Amino acid sequence: MSRATASLPRTVGAHAALLAYTAIALFPVVVIVINSFKSRNAIFRTPLSPPTSETFDLIGYTMVLNQGDFFLYFQNSLIVTVASLFLVLLFGAMAAFALSEYRFRGNTLMGLYLALGIMIPIRLGTVAILQLMVASGLVNTLTALVLVYTAQGLPLAVFILSEFMKQVSDDLKNAGRIDGLSEYRIFFRLVLPLVRPSMATVAVFTMIPIWNDLWFPLILAPSEATKTITLGAQLFIGQYVTNWNAVLAALSLAILPVLVLYLIFSRQLIRGITSGAVK
Amino acid sequence: MAGEFAQQKKPIRWHIAVFLAPAVLVYTAVMIIPLFGTLQLSLFNAENQQRFFVGLDNFRKLFGDPRWSASFWNALWNNTWFFIIHMLVQNPIGIGLAALLSSPKLRFSAFYRTAIFIPTILSFVIVGFAWKLILSPLWGVAPNLLDLVGLKSLFTPWLGKEEYALTTLGLISVWQFVGIPMMLIYAALLSIPDEVIEAAEMDGITGMAQFWKIKLPLILPSIGIISILTFVGNFNAFDLIYSAQGALAGPNYSTDILGTFLYRTFFGFQLQTGDPYMGSAIASMMFLIILTGVCIYLFTIQTRLRRYQF
Repeated sequence: MSRATASLPRTVGAHAALLAYTAIALFPVVVIVINSFKSRNAIFRTPLSPPTSETFDLIGYTMVLNQGDFFLYFQNSLIVTVASLFLVLLFGAMAAFALSEYRFRGNTLMGLYLALGIMIPIRLGTVAILQLMVASGLVNTLTALVLVYTAQGLPLAVFILSEFMKQVSDDLKNAGRIDGLSEYRIFFRLVLPLVRPSMATVAVFTMIPIWNDLWFPLILAPSEATKTITLGAQLFIGQYVTNWNAVLAALSLAILPVLVLYLIFSRQLIRGITSGAVK
Repeated sequence: MAGEFAQQKKPIRWHIAVFLAPAVLVYTAVMIIPLFGTLQLSLFNAENQQRFFVGLDNFRKLFGDPRWSASFWNALWNNTWFFIIHMLVQNPIGIGLAALLSSPKLRFSAFYRTAIFIPTILSFVIVGFAWKLILSPLWGVAPNLLDLVGLKSLFTPWLGKEEYALTTLGLISVWQFVGIPMMLIYAALLSIPDEVIEAAEMDGITGMAQFWKIKLPLILPSIGIISILTFVGNFNAFDLIYSAQGALAGPNYSTDILGTFLYRTFFGFQLQTGDPYMGSAIASMMFLIILTGVCIYLFTIQTRLRRYQF
């Protein structure tokens, strides 16, 4: 089974091109991380070499951990991301189930209405969102962020999940109905467990922009007690711009959690994209 | 007749409403109403805490007052250039990488995919500052690298020069987001059935010719989707410019795009105080621009792209 497309020079060329691009993609991240472990002199003298026993220095990290309230920021980011994620998945799955399972008047229209948010970014409503949050006293609370991110994540979640829910076998659901399960039980007990893989895909897609967002934390919740890690890092780095050790350490600390999560979920993410829901 | 009759007798299915209600309520209250609220707000102004209707005056000011209109057209042009860079650099590179990745029997392809996608998951704050450090003449990573290939004379502080700053930021953004077109095109290429490829090989079409004549026409719908996603993302961009250059989008506003212009107008900066009404007017213009783009895509491009069903 040798195919005409697998000739040797072609394969070597493909690997060379991909390796070159991989180097470009990873280079900045690697430079930041290796330099964060070096002393100030070494950062400037030999920026491209990894830390050795002489140049190894954790001063940047101790400075960051003593200066900024990074554990609080981290906790805020975690609360906001997890709470929004939970609501997006729950509400999104419920709406997707209603749209894909039942025929009712206005079904298509409702689907289009909810899909509108995929194309129109929620940021354009910021002026009125801020007024709404001021009026309801939610400014500088994590609740405001959770609400905004839930609304932001729902359109794509409903869209992707309803594609998947259409594939759940009707026989199974009807068998459940004959056994006297209510519609709610059919949803929670039968359908949700079956679409769990696609929920993971939606989770990854929803999570990354929420964790990385700078706009809404900056506008809706900039107070010390509600800063997210992205906003905290932005302000910290802005303040300590000349302190290279601290800046590099802060950047590395901000990269780490996302990177770990990504490496855990990357197979899920790629499977989700390639399974055809987003085509 | 019988069916109609049966339908009339059906009880109201409350569970449908229960399933839909939470999503529709949150989405409507936090996204749709504020969106239209912002559009509406652009028709108002305020003096001494009193809000009054001014019709299209804010837009007249935005386009008629030379100071406002100069900023607006500058931001719009910069934004368009930002978008052009993405279309010319990001999407071709993404398609090229996807084509390489999808070649049969390629080893380590999972590794390449994972690695090339890493910049996409990083926040703008990290990306902005990391590149700022690397391109900084103080640190010297970039000049050192150029020195290795004997091109040190080419180095200038790209982010600090008016004529280069926007293009540099565009390329940084390309670096960050090239993973998205790569993944979507990769998925589209994988979904081309083997029979089509085998038939092409039977006819002697292989290699580059196969890509141009067989695969590319088949993935055109995905390229259309990528283009419109790029468009919406670019005309909504803010974070990267803000992290790297600050709200003033320096040097001398040369990297100002609609997102940073909206932020400055809404919140104020230096001596100018924030103005929610002019901010709404700018947000409304962004809404119009994005809506126009999406409509052009939906009604002209998408309907002409043939979708192949296998």
